[in-house]
Amino acid sequence: MKKRPPALSTALLVAVIAAATAPALAADPVKIGLLEDQSGNFAIAVIPKIQATQLAIEEINAKGGILGRQIKLTHYDTQSDNTRFQEFARRLIQQDKVDVIFGAFSSASREAIRPIMDRGKQLYFYNNQYEGGVCDANVFVTGAVPEQQFSTLIPWMMQKYGKKVYTIAADYNFGQISAEWVRNIVKQNGGTMAGEEFIPLSVSQFSQTIQNIQKAKPDVLVTLLVGANQASFYEQQASANLSVPMASSVNVGQAYEHKRFKAPALKDMYVTANYIEEIDSPASNDFKKRFHAKFPDAPYINQEAANAYNVVYLYKAAVEKAKSTDMKAVRKALESGDICTDGPSGKVCIDPKSHHQSHTIYLVHVKADHSVEIPKVWDDIKPYWLGEVGCDLSKKDDFSQYTPSSPPKK
Amino acid sequence: MLATVIGFAYQIADTFAFLVLASVGLAIIFGMMGVINLAHGEFIMCGAYLTVLTARAGLPLPVAMLLGALVAGVIGMLLEYFVIRRLYARLFDSIVATWAVSLIATQGMLIVVGPSIEGLKTPFGSFELAGLSFSWYRVLLPIVALAILGGIYWIFIRTQFGVHARATIQDPAMARALGVDTDRVYALTFGLGSALAGLTGALYAPTMTTVPTMGSAFIVQSFVTVVVGGADVLLGAAPAAALLAFIQSLLTASYGQLIGQMGLLITVIVVVRMLPKGLSGWMLRRSE
Repeated sequence: MKKRPPALSTALLVAVIAAATAPALAADPVKIGLLEDQSGNFAIAVIPKIQATQLAIEEINAKGGILGRQIKLTHYDTQSDNTRFQEFARRLIQQDKVDVIFGAFSSASREAIRPIMDRGKQLYFYNNQYEGGVCDANVFVTGAVPEQQFSTLIPWMMQKYGKKVYTIAADYNFGQISAEWVRNIVKQNGGTMAGEEFIPLSVSQFSQTIQNIQKAKPDVLVTLLVGANQASFYEQQASANLSVPMASSVNVGQAYEHKRFKAPALKDMYVTANYIEEIDSPASNDFKKRFHAKFPDAPYINQEAANAYNVVYLYKAAVEKAKSTDMKAVRKALESGDICTDGPSGKVCIDPKSHHQSHTIYLVHVKADHSVEIPKVWDDIKPYWLGEVGCDLSKKDDFSQYTPSSPPKK
Repeated sequence: MLATVIGFAYQIADTFAFLVLASVGLAIIFGMMGVINLAHGEFIMCGAYLTVLTARAGLPLPVAMLLGALVAGVIGMLLEYFVIRRLYARLFDSIVATWAVSLIATQGMLIVVGPSIEGLKTPFGSFELAGLSFSWYRVLLPIVALAILGGIYWIFIRTQFGVHARATIQDPAMARALGVDTDRVYALTFGLGSALAGLTGALYAPTMTTVPTMGSAFIVQSFVTVVVGGADVLLGAAPAAALLAFIQSLLTASYGQLIGQMGLLITVIVVVRMLPKGLSGWMLRRSE
C-alpha cells in the first residue's frame, strides 16, 4: 500500500466518492425481496415462479427499470420450511430493507410470514393461487381464489358427471378452507357430499383412501392434494382402476402432473387454472418464447409462473403511478382501481377493496393420453367474495383471513 | 361384509409391505452394525431414480430394478469405506455424517437432475373383487417383502458370510483373532443394507412420484419399524411390521389418515416405554 503513488490513490478515492454520490438517488436500485422454495417438498411448482420473476425483472431492467431505477432482486431459498420463511422475511425487512416482498407457495408459509409483514408495515405480494379470504392492508394477492376457481369448476362438473362429490384434501389451512368452499358450492347446487378426507402432507401411500372412495361411489372426486408426497395418489389410483372423474384447483396448473406421470394416471382430471403452458393465444405464445429464450431447459411454465410474472409488472405500474417506492404511496396507487397489466393470459387488474386480482379462468381437461383441451373459458372473473362480505381495504384497514364460516363481523 | 374383510386384509398387507421394505435396509445397518444411517432415505431415492431412468431408457423393468439395488449397494460400500469406517463406535458422529450425506444427496440430485423426472406406469393392471378394484402390483409387494425377509434370514443363518457377520457383531476383536476380515464384513453388511434400501426404492418407483425428497416419505416408517422390532433384525422386523400395519390400517380405515399416522407413532412410544429392547428383545427374554 505504501508504495502506491499518491496520485493514483487520490484518483481512486475520487472515483469511489463519485460512484457513491454522483448519480445518487436516481440510480439507487429498487429493492425487491423474494421468498420462494427453490428446494424441498414444493420445489417442483415453485422453480418456474422464481424463473418468471427473474424474467420480468430482466425485461424491465433492459428497458430502463422503474422510474429510471434498476431493480435489484434479493432471493432467499425458503426450502419449503415455514421457519425459514419467518427468518428470511425478517432479514429482508430489517437488514436488506427492501421496498417490496414477493413470494410464498403454501398457505401455511404465507400465514407464517403475514404477521411479520404486518408488524413491519411491509408491502407484500402473495403471488400464488390459494383458499381465499386474506383481507390484509399490507398484502396484495395475484393468484386465483375460490370464487374464481370453484364457483366455476364445481357446478360445471356436477352438471356433466353427477351430484355426488367426494373431496380429498391436504390437511392444513389450504385444504381445510378449500374443502369448505367445495362443500358449500355442492350444497348450493343441490348435490351431496359422498365423503371428505384430509390427508397429512407426509402421506405418500393411498391404498386406504382409494378404497374409501370406491365404497362411497362418487360421481366427482375433488383432489386438493399438495406437494411431492401426495402427488403419488394419481399413479396409485390409476393402477387400482378407480376411474372417477377428478376436479382440482391446484393440480396440473402448479406441479404439471400430466407431464410427470405416465398416461393415463390423470385421465379425466379437470382443473380451473388462470394459466397453463398449453394455452395457445398470442399473449401466451409470446410469453413462452421469452421464457424459453432465457430458460431453455425449463420443464414447464405453470400457472404460478404467470402470477409471479404479473406481480413484477403490477408493482412497476403502481410505483410509476405513485412516482415513488414509498410503501404507503404504492399501496394507495394499487388501491386506485386502475393498476392493470397485460400478462400471459391477458389483461388483469387489482381490485381496490380486497387487494386481490381479476383473472381469466381456463377449464383444463386432461385426456387419456395426457394431452389437454380447454372446453371452457371464463373471461375476467373478479375476486368478488371478500368485497361482498364486507372487506374494503380502500376504506378501512384489516389484518385477517376470512372463510365462508367466519366472515367479517358487520 | 366380504368387501370389508377383503378390503381390510388388503390394507394390512399393503401397509405391512411398505413398513418391511422401508425398514429392512436400515434394520441391517442399525441392527448389525449399530450405525444410525440418516441417509437411508437417499439410498431409497437412488434406487428409484436409477430404476426410472434405466427403465425409460429401454431396460426391462425387473432388470432396471436390480440395477437400482446394485448401484445403491455399491454406493453404500463406497460410503462405508470413505466415511462410516472412520466413525464406528462414534454413534453421534456417524449420525451427523450420514445426515450430511443425506442433505448433499438430496440437494445434489435437485441441482443435477432437476426437481422431478417423469415416472413409470405401474405394471400388471388391476382386478375386481367383491365390488372393489385392486392393483395387481400392490398385491405382489407383500409377497416380495416376505421373500426378502426370507432371503436375509438365509444369508445370515446359512451362509459363511452370515456366520462371519454375526461373529463380527458379537465380538469384533475375537472375530479378527479367529481370522475373520472384519473390515470386509462391515463393508459388505453396509453394502447389503444399502442395496436393500435401493431395492425398496426400485420396487416403489412405479407407484410414486420421483423427486429428490422422496426418501423422506419412507424415513419415519422405517425408523418406527426398526425401533419397535428391536435390536435383532432377523427376529424383530416381521412381527413389528405386522403389528404396526394392523394398528395403522385399523385406525386409518376407521378415522382417516391423520389418526392412522398418530396411531403408528403412539405405538412406538408405548413399545419403547414397555419394551425398551423392542419386540425381538421381549421374544428373546421369553424364550430364555
